[in-house]
Amino acid sequence: MQEYLLHLADNALILGHRLSEWCGHGPALEIDMAMTNISLDLIGQARNLYAYAAELEGQGKTEDDLAYLRDVNGFRNVLLVEQPNGDFAQTIARSFFYDSYNYFYQKALCESHDKQLAAIAEKSLKEVAYHLRWSSEWAIRLGDGTEESKQKMQAAIDDLWSFRGELLTPAAYEIEAAKAGYGVNPLEIKEEVEKKLQEILLEATLDLPADGWMHSGGKTGRHSEHLGFILAEMQFLQRAYPDSTW
Amino acid sequence: MSHQVELEERFQARIDAEQKIEPKDWMPDAYRKTLVRQISQHAHSEIVGMLPEGNWITRAPSLRRKVALLAKVQDEAGHGLYLYAAAETLGVSRDELYDELHTGKAKYSSIFNYPTLSWADIGAVGWLVDGAAIMNQVPLCKCSFGPYARAMVRVCKEESFHQRQGFEIMMTLSHGSPAQKQMAQDALNRWWWPSLMMFGPNDDASPHSAQSMKWKIKRYSNDDLRQKFVDVMVEQAEVLELTIPDPDIKWNEERGHYDFGEINWEEFHNIIRGNGPCNKERLAARKDAWDQGLWVREAATAYAAKRKKKAS
Ligand SMILES: [Fe+2]
Ligand SMILES: [Fe+2]
Repeated sequence: MQEYLLHLADNALILGHRLSEWCGHGPALEIDMAMTNISLDLIGQARNLYAYAAELEGQGKTEDDLAYLRDVNGFRNVLLVEQPNGDFAQTIARSFFYDSYNYFYQKALCESHDKQLAAIAEKSLKEVAYHLRWSSEWAIRLGDGTEESKQKMQAAIDDLWSFRGELLTPAAYEIEAAKAGYGVNPLEIKEEVEKKLQEILLEATLDLPADGWMHSGGKTGRHSEHLGFILAEMQFLQRAYPDSTW
Repeated sequence: MSHQVELEERFQARIDAEQKIEPKDWMPDAYRKTLVRQISQHAHSEIVGMLPEGNWITRAPSLRRKVALLAKVQDEAGHGLYLYAAAETLGVSRDELYDELHTGKAKYSSIFNYPTLSWADIGAVGWLVDGAAIMNQVPLCKCSFGPYARAMVRVCKEESFHQRQGFEIMMTLSHGSPAQKQMAQDALNRWWWPSLMMFGPNDDASPHSAQSMKWKIKRYSNDDLRQKFVDVMVEQAEVLELTIPDPDIKWNEERGHYDFGEINWEEFHNIIRGNGPCNKERLAARKDAWDQGLWVREAATAYAAKRKKKAS
């Protein structure tokens, strides 16, 4: 269960981290604030999950031990969420792929036999519903906006497409989690996720890329080069001043 | 002409009677101009102020601190929004005001041209910079111009929260390891004097102040507010067990205030002229965000127009 919880928490933390990089640099104040909101939600979700994972692990561990004192190969997030922000279209494509998956995932997770996990999912679902609405609306706006925005949005969708496969391919700990009744096997939600995706891309007047080769590895700790830099930045103070209270 | 004089007299009488001036009311051109300048400068400060603190979001030392800092910087964006909206009631658009910021025609608070070099700077900025902002802004809640006054009421509530948060970071550091205490002291050393400068030039060098006081845009003089700030902060620094970097700080029984040393006004004016450590970066960051966001804003406008056309 530990690894499963870390997977969920790491997804939320790393995407939250990426979105927080926009703070102060967004294309408009309102967009800036929306991205910060989503980042705050995601980091909040990560905290709940880390706290739970730390509690299960015992040994007096805290949420910060899990976030700040693991190295790259200890992280279980999907590769999609660690991809750089790129331009705004790339950020939207990344968020939209993640949100359209995460929404149905959290919905299914509300049925978890583990009461605490179900409660965390229920709280997250409300937030994630907003995230999905926000990124879908922007995907549509950019897709069906100007010639330039359409081009950028399509390029971003094409670019990140190969990171989608990992979301819907279960890791061993997800299969186990689903069997034991506390977690979700992403194959269960695959149909809904793909339907949502097609529906939004159609409304955005964007082309659905052909399913080709897909990246994988994040779920089992084999990451892209990006994660190391995210962690170097995020963990700097905890590493430079060990055992301090902040 | 006499009509003009009459209008002005009536306007001043309303102000003297502590009535709020609303956007549709008659007001002297100079009053409108002063407000646009001050409110937009204030709005720009909120937005540029997001940068030095945003600088530490990805490096915050715990998840609790990270979330608090993100929320704080987001508050500042919100302050910017309220203030741009207040300025818009005076007939200038946000885009026009941005343009003045980006071309360097409009100013923002010089304090944000200093770098945030360590985590303790996030504490020091919250404690001192938000602290000075509160001193400046609480009287503005009673400003004669209604929309500005109302915006400031909302802003001040959040600022005092920021200040407590900053103080708490400083407290944790100054009571932490020797390295952390050193970090806190170093931050105080760098932010103390710039914070005092936030109140503006000395009263005898502040030519517009008298008129602003008469219009009740301003309620207290720069030096009075600065003194109030010093009095509060000296005592808070004692609680933090940190040393204010000014050997002249001393309680003056006769005045009932703390005396303090001479401010380096040359540094102040130099930064206003664009020569601070981060002037170029700050402006470039704002300009880049705006320029690179152009296609996004255009897309939103184009999409909205398409929707409208479809609906009709
Ligand atoms: Fe503010
Ligand atoms: Fe503030």
